[in-house]
Amino acid sequence: MTSQPSINDVPLNPPPRSLTNHLAWGVLGALLIWSWSGADMRPADLWRDSANMVVFARDFFPPNFHDWRVYLAEMAVTIHIAIWGTVLAIICAVPLGLLSAENIAPKWVVQPVRRAMDACRAINEMVFAMLFIVAVGLGPFAGVMALWVHTTGVLAKLFAEAVEAIDPRPVEGVRATGVSLLEEIIYGVIPQVLPLWISYSLYRFESNVRSASVVGMVGAGGIGVILHEAIRGFDYAETSAVLLIIIVCVTLIDLVSSRIRQLAI
Amino acid sequence: MVALLGASGSGKSTLLRLLPGFMAADEGTVKVLGRTVQENGRLVGNARVVRRELGFVFQQFNLVSRLPVIINVLVGLLHRAAWWRRMLMLFTVGERQLALEAMASVGIEQTAWQRAGTLSGGQQQRAALARCLVQKARIILADEPIASLDPESSRKVMEVLTHLNRARGCTVLVSLHQVDFAIRYCPRTIALNAGRVVYDGPSSALTPALLAQLYGANASQLVENSPAVPPLMRDGAIPSGLVLA
Repeated sequence: MTSQPSINDVPLNPPPRSLTNHLAWGVLGALLIWSWSGADMRPADLWRDSANMVVFARDFFPPNFHDWRVYLAEMAVTIHIAIWGTVLAIICAVPLGLLSAENIAPKWVVQPVRRAMDACRAINEMVFAMLFIVAVGLGPFAGVMALWVHTTGVLAKLFAEAVEAIDPRPVEGVRATGVSLLEEIIYGVIPQVLPLWISYSLYRFESNVRSASVVGMVGAGGIGVILHEAIRGFDYAETSAVLLIIIVCVTLIDLVSSRIRQLAI
Repeated sequence: MVALLGASGSGKSTLLRLLPGFMAADEGTVKVLGRTVQENGRLVGNARVVRRELGFVFQQFNLVSRLPVIINVLVGLLHRAAWWRRMLMLFTVGERQLALEAMASVGIEQTAWQRAGTLSGGQQQRAALARCLVQKARIILADEPIASLDPESSRKVMEVLTHLNRARGCTVLVSLHQVDFAIRYCPRTIALNAGRVVYDGPSSALTPALLAQLYGANASQLVENSPAVPPLMRDGAIPSGLVLA
């Protein structure tokens, strides 16, 4: 005879952790220990050399804004690089994103396009900038090209994910009227994904302004060039002025762009 | 105007979705208006040419909710517009006039520039019917068009379908859950059970006894909440142009 289950049968201790759970923590711990030496972690140096660092940090103050006009002009160039890098990327990412969406394009198109986009995304803008400097020479255009290729890879993936998440019913509604695939996309798909696409594009523009200031450091124009020269010349007062200008501009653009993104959705 | 009757899972939607080729059949040929849509599970190349003749009305309306209602309606005449205007979503004044008239005939012209998603279910379904109107569809296939609507909206939608059938000469094949709507609006009923046609004849002959005989235990699902409604219409036009082989 079996008794009725009662409250006393329910244990107050949680059930024991599974073996896989223990194993996962063990693997994580081993990974951290293994990478400690590889990453040459020397936390003690932070204490030992703290006096040097205070001297070094003091060099940054007060910031030297003597050439602020130049900095602002170069910051504008940086933003121009980001604008064109992003716009060209959006133009390319729309068709490439659609071609890498499984619910739009056939598999034999999706896979190669996705792999190509992976490649664009895997390589950092800095690397592309160095390559394009060789190809098109020093200057902002190399920066635009670098951002363009990398951002196309990123946006195509994001655009495709948005397309794969659409509601298929409106598309079927459009299809029912006997239109072509392209019109199904224009009338059924794009209106659904447009707010997300705008949001992603603005977000990439924000991060491209940040990236554009870095690609300048390898010679691809903009404020990065000035920053690089200031650091190389040990002119830390100037460096801190440039950094402050970058921080203010990037923050402003982030704020404005996130406001616009909220409006788009 | 023909009602397609059957319990859930009896094959109503499957039958309707085979006709424009939204689904591929396992075997056999589907012909609409004398033209092949699909053959042995393969859609023929010009299936979309046939689709232009078919208006399809969905249970969930299937409008693009972020586009204005009038653009949703104008999608119905895309196949007659110049290609470069189609690509840019540009429509001529004449086309917009046509769409607005179609919307007026179903009573939703005031909502023209609202986003379709802001309309009530009944209004959205009438917008879908307006799209069939501008499409100049010869056959309208309605897949449970009133299943998600309140009784008043259901009545309006059924009346628009009746109008399309009588005034515009469209063949209307409408799948329904409720027998009373079939009796009231459709002279002829085709009843399905488990994928087979079990009845094809005048709707007026559909008595609870016959339904019980056709559906057994499923019958209650069809006649629930259905007071005996006298049929408004007697046997009228037999649909032509639909061939299932």
